[in-house]
Amino acid sequence: MKVVYKRPELLTDAHFSYCGGCGHGIINKLLAEIIEEEKLAEKAILVWPIGCSVYADQNFKVDSICALHGRAPSVGTGLKRALPENTVIVYQGDGDMVSEGMAEIMHAAIRGEKFSVIFVNNAIFGMTGGQMAPTTLLEQKTTTSPYGRRAETSGYPVNMAELISNVRGCYFSERVYVNNPKNIMNAKKAIKKCIQYQMEGKGLSFVEVVSQCPTGWGVNPLDSLKMVETEMSKVYPLGVFKDMGVNDN
Amino acid sequence: MGEKVFMQGNMALAEAAIRAGCKYYFGYPITPASEIMEYYAAKMPEENGVFVQAETEVSASNMIAGVAAAGKRAMMATSGPGISLGAEAISYMCAAQLPAVLVNVMRPGPGDGDIVACQGDYFQAVKGAGHGDYNTIVLAPYSAQEMVDFAFKAFELAEKYRNPVMILSDGGLAKMMESVELPDRIAPDTQFPWALTGAKNRDANVITTCAKSPKQWEEYNLVLQEKFIKIKDAEQKWESYKTEDADVVVVAFGISARIAFSAVKMARDNNMKVGMIRPITLWPFPEKAFKGLDDKYFFVTELNSGQMVEDVKLSVKDKEKVSFYGRLGGMTPTPKELYEKLIELYKEHKLNANI
Repeated sequence: MKVVYKRPELLTDAHFSYCGGCGHGIINKLLAEIIEEEKLAEKAILVWPIGCSVYADQNFKVDSICALHGRAPSVGTGLKRALPENTVIVYQGDGDMVSEGMAEIMHAAIRGEKFSVIFVNNAIFGMTGGQMAPTTLLEQKTTTSPYGRRAETSGYPVNMAELISNVRGCYFSERVYVNNPKNIMNAKKAIKKCIQYQMEGKGLSFVEVVSQCPTGWGVNPLDSLKMVETEMSKVYPLGVFKDMGVNDN
Repeated sequence: MGEKVFMQGNMALAEAAIRAGCKYYFGYPITPASEIMEYYAAKMPEENGVFVQAETEVSASNMIAGVAAAGKRAMMATSGPGISLGAEAISYMCAAQLPAVLVNVMRPGPGDGDIVACQGDYFQAVKGAGHGDYNTIVLAPYSAQEMVDFAFKAFELAEKYRNPVMILSDGGLAKMMESVELPDRIAPDTQFPWALTGAKNRDANVITTCAKSPKQWEEYNLVLQEKFIKIKDAEQKWESYKTEDADVVVVAFGISARIAFSAVKMARDNNMKVGMIRPITLWPFPEKAFKGLDDKYFFVTELNSGQMVEDVKLSVKDKEKVSFYGRLGGMTPTPKELYEKLIELYKEHKLNANI
């Protein structure tokens, strides 16, 4: 029989520590496939955040470090500056990046750090139990916005992919979804491009992956996939916000 | 052979760190430490090294963690407020067992404070500014020469024990110009089996400070504690001066020791048997220096409200025999001021009938 689909070789046998229906597992798998396809297993260094993917280091047969909350871009800066020939991939969630670590990610982009960033936006603090994040949608109920997020007191959701694209040191910025096979394939293309740009020595490359969080959103997994289209897409549209590779050519 | 030059304390430290093979510097401007980063900014291009002016000390200290994770020598120099911001990364590096060197050029606090000499960050350095059960090795230079020597020593200790090391300087030592002998350059071997370099011809290396379970994390904490006990046993450093026959032993570190030593000599010149202990490692505190000195009185002087006094009291048999005099907020005592305090101590305890 012909094998048409298998678990990436670069993933260990350890189970993912994500909830059922979560997008992180899909994104981690895509990352493993890309590292394999680009033959980066011996060069890649993954920088993990604090959040739902805090234990992802045990899932990859790739050198990994788990940074402090929000500081993955700074640890990534140190690693990439020390090892310019290696491929440094920084992986962060929205609580980690947009709340605790807004300064670190923005300044990594301002400096034009030559690493790749995968930003997983599920509009909530997943690991700590579903609190409001800066990316939480207006009216969205969380454990710290129990009556729904109000702009008057908590401001508006942050569009990271658009925001970072305005920084000159950012080379590439795209937003993708992982809620259906077509979107997953597009997400893979974007993440691959993001990593290829690093291999070409370009500046900071950024992919925002809008991810479903059925547990945090309080819905079943199927409904969470639909909510990416019906709710999240209104605030977080798909798009390439910057691609200097295209402009260069 | 080494090279003899006349140098400011901050710059001597920076030059020595470069000679010790530290080619990665991350920092944020702050008085009275900035010359160290300015020196690196000027030197790194010709050294083919890396200098990054970070957005905050929070970020700079985590960049150091990144370089250390790659097994290379990295340093950040700042002052107390910057160490407050870097404290999370110090805790992290202790937990992750990452070797790096941090310099605190102390200035008076709390809060914004001032920018002159002070030693108010003793607790911050020695007791740990960050969270959790950990210790940072702390070296206290008292001359530009020791800035040089300890830059080499700090990286050796950091790598030997896989733990961050702090050099605790101050606004006085930092700005003083003195003659120093700079050692020859070394090219340290930093091929560490634990470093992240890409999983080539080996299994993947993982560096994490996230507990898998309370049981696992207790076991890991015990591993760290075992290391700290080993350091306590092996790395205590101090300098003793005429302690054997002394009635009173002055205890002072860093710039205070410079002032105190003048007072000790004045006392000796006036037939007072005063000795001195200068702690060089502040953690581990050199409690061994106090062995066999149970009959002495101890006079601790610091540029703070008496932070090291607690460690001196823990190191002596009779803590009632420990007294303290310090100046705060950036003020420094004169040698005569300390000498007069020693006379008061002599009179109080009737240590010499002629005084």
